[in-house]
Amino acid sequence: MRLERRTSIPKKLAIIAPILAIVASLSVSGVLIILAGVNPFIAYFEILKGAFGSKLAITETLTRASPLILTGLAAAVAFRARLWNIGGEGQFYIGALVAAAVGNSLLTGFPIIIAMTLVMMCSMISGAILLAGPALLRLRFGIDEVVTTLLLNFIIILFVGLMIEGPLKDPFAFGWPQSVPVDRSLRFADLVPSSRLHKGFLIAIFAAFAIWIIVTRTVFGLQTRATGFTPQAAAFSGISLSKTIMGVALISGALAGLAGAIEVMGVTGYVTTTLSPGFGYAGIVVAMLAALHPGGVIISAVFIASIFIGADAMSRATGVPSFIADVIMSLSLLTMLIAIFFTNYRIRK
Amino acid sequence: MSIVLEIDKISKKFGSLIANEAVSLDLKKGEILALLGENGAGKTTLMNIIYGHYTSDSGQIRALGKSLTGGKPREAIEAGIGMVHQHFSLAGNLTVLENVMIGSESLFKRKSNRQLAKNKLLQISKKFGLPVSPDALISSLSVGERQRVEILKALYRDAKILILDEPTAVLARPEAEKLFKTLREMTKEGLSLIFISHKLHEVMSAADRVTVLRSGRVVAERETSKTSKEELAELMVGHQVSRPVRKAQSTGKKVIEASNITITNKKQIQLDRISFSVSEGEILGIVGISGNGQAALGHLLSGIGKPTSGTLTFYENRMNDYTPRDCINSGIGRIPEDRNSEGIIGELKIWENAIVERLHDTKFSKAGFIRKKSAQIFSENLIKKYDVRGATSDTQARLLSGGNMQKLVLGRALSVSPKLIIANQPTRGLDEGAIAAVHEELLKARSEGVAILLISEELEEAVGLSDRLQAIVKGRLSEPIKAEEADATRLGLMMSGVWGEDNET
Repeated sequence: MRLERRTSIPKKLAIIAPILAIVASLSVSGVLIILAGVNPFIAYFEILKGAFGSKLAITETLTRASPLILTGLAAAVAFRARLWNIGGEGQFYIGALVAAAVGNSLLTGFPIIIAMTLVMMCSMISGAILLAGPALLRLRFGIDEVVTTLLLNFIIILFVGLMIEGPLKDPFAFGWPQSVPVDRSLRFADLVPSSRLHKGFLIAIFAAFAIWIIVTRTVFGLQTRATGFTPQAAAFSGISLSKTIMGVALISGALAGLAGAIEVMGVTGYVTTTLSPGFGYAGIVVAMLAALHPGGVIISAVFIASIFIGADAMSRATGVPSFIADVIMSLSLLTMLIAIFFTNYRIRK
Repeated sequence: MSIVLEIDKISKKFGSLIANEAVSLDLKKGEILALLGENGAGKTTLMNIIYGHYTSDSGQIRALGKSLTGGKPREAIEAGIGMVHQHFSLAGNLTVLENVMIGSESLFKRKSNRQLAKNKLLQISKKFGLPVSPDALISSLSVGERQRVEILKALYRDAKILILDEPTAVLARPEAEKLFKTLREMTKEGLSLIFISHKLHEVMSAADRVTVLRSGRVVAERETSKTSKEELAELMVGHQVSRPVRKAQSTGKKVIEASNITITNKKQIQLDRISFSVSEGEILGIVGISGNGQAALGHLLSGIGKPTSGTLTFYENRMNDYTPRDCINSGIGRIPEDRNSEGIIGELKIWENAIVERLHDTKFSKAGFIRKKSAQIFSENLIKKYDVRGATSDTQARLLSGGNMQKLVLGRALSVSPKLIIANQPTRGLDEGAIAAVHEELLKARSEGVAILLISEELEEAVGLSDRLQAIVKGRLSEPIKAEEADATRLGLMMSGVWGEDNET
């Protein structure tokens, strides 16, 4: 058996392959559901119902998808330039913490819109700085950013723990370890009345659109792709690799930081060390499922969110542990990688 | 003489592309057969079918009386066919012996018998005159030695028929001649050989017989003693080709001048006190055997490498610290040594590659946004003007053949009226037709007053195009000589490091 690169990708295949990948991952997960003693079709129906079955379900899914879109974009942007940012989780937390700190009291007196923008800007800058460090280390000393960004996640979460037990501890939280809240006036308004879905969702959608424009239409986007594909040739043609990588790192970190900000400003209002159910890591899966395409990130973020939201409901209805959501997510990553591979390559006898 | 390999009406299609059509040939025992053809004529496809990498659509192969079903390299190996690929398949971190043994022992054997294997290898090495040290690491070997290991690997598996795909592509001229001498010796031991080539001179000197392929079909079969280079060239290309000829002309201002440039990298001297200059309307050829500092010189002039000492000027402006971008902006067109890793970004489209050097040109971008329309028009013109075949501006660049890729690189450099062109091995791996096209463009640029620095390992090319020549040996540059004064002996001496009196200092 030999593999050969396709000269062009058939349109049909590009559509069918991801669908087959999802079906395959659901089939394998189905075996586990059978082992748990439940008919997988019923379980999947419950997941579907739990994720999209009612207005509340849909808004919950989209609420969960909002930060995922942003962390997914963060990963997609970085991976396109072969900058392996595994630190989305840390950047998310630092963004959230900064949003709470800045939004708590520092901005009273500003008009609301400007104050909110400033809060988000601060979060984005903090996320960007957090990734700039590892990017600089890689450019200067060749230190692998996978290791540095991954380890920074744990450091940042411990730092968040330190801050919310210390200087940023909410004095009115009856001793619970949570940060001071963002000022009420700076919270996102509901997008759908009496749901948790907030206007931060629109910001995530807008970010995806903006990234899509940057990637496809701008000089910087072309430089990023050139750098990602063939760095040597990019350098030869006058593209500064370090500037490009740095630019990518700043954008990627800022997106993950923004995810933290909108989660705080839109959902919880404050930061705890359990604020994120792994948004940063799931963002990597979201990006890969979307084949690093900014538009695709929206769809795959909604998909991943629906699995998690739906799995909770399914668990209540059938008794299958909701951890099945993690299994489905991980399997779909694997099957999608295989699908992407076979859209680019074919088997030759 | 008995026939050891018989190929009968082999056809193979890739999609709509016909790679081989009813190709038939036979190989006699103890014979060297050359398979001649341009890039894309179907030579490598045919060899891959014989070796079982590909399955043919129709046709038959018989090796040493056995009929091959095709599609299985193991079957071909067992039938006594060995193949030496153009790109070696050796593991650099293993020894010669280990590389030779890979694949010829069962994976599930508890213990591999190294001593036995070593004895067999040494015996073969002696029998065929291919000296080798079994315990040397592959990564420590030169390209020529690695090729020898590849040949030994095939012989170790008892190959009676050896197929070599462009064996000299990676070798310098003297090494290539040595290889062919060894191959000739090997035929006396009963081996039969096929080698693939598009170089006429080596086909004429090394082969007994030649089969010429053109667009997937056998167009002729000749005994080398009864044909000529000219006839073969015509058969191969389908019409007469001649490389363009340089005409004398006067030169203008000095464009680039290097004086006493040294580059050291990690304490290794790459360029050693070199000096040269090129003027408007002049081609300076740098000749030499590969690995003598050409890469460092090319990088230096492309803005990738920086001199450790000495000065480099461009129209009397110091350009020691030029970045690639500075080079492009000041009108230095660059043709990199390796078009795949430096010249072209294969995953990007042709129009993106066409403008990648000039992204900040107001013609191609405005406020950070790419002007796709004008970029596409630009690349369509480039494709037309420089005859880049098989492509539109939306084609991925990796799909171009080597020659067309090079035309794109060349066109990109020439289309913006450069003042200086750095051409590093501009025709490496190209067929006759493409070579002639590249030469023509370079000479045209010269007649328009462009200064050209040509770094080439092909002597014929360097002498034919250049006004003056300098040889590069171990990072040193010889004094320039006029092309008219360059004869084979003088160049040979220069390239082996014998020139002027201060050479030894």
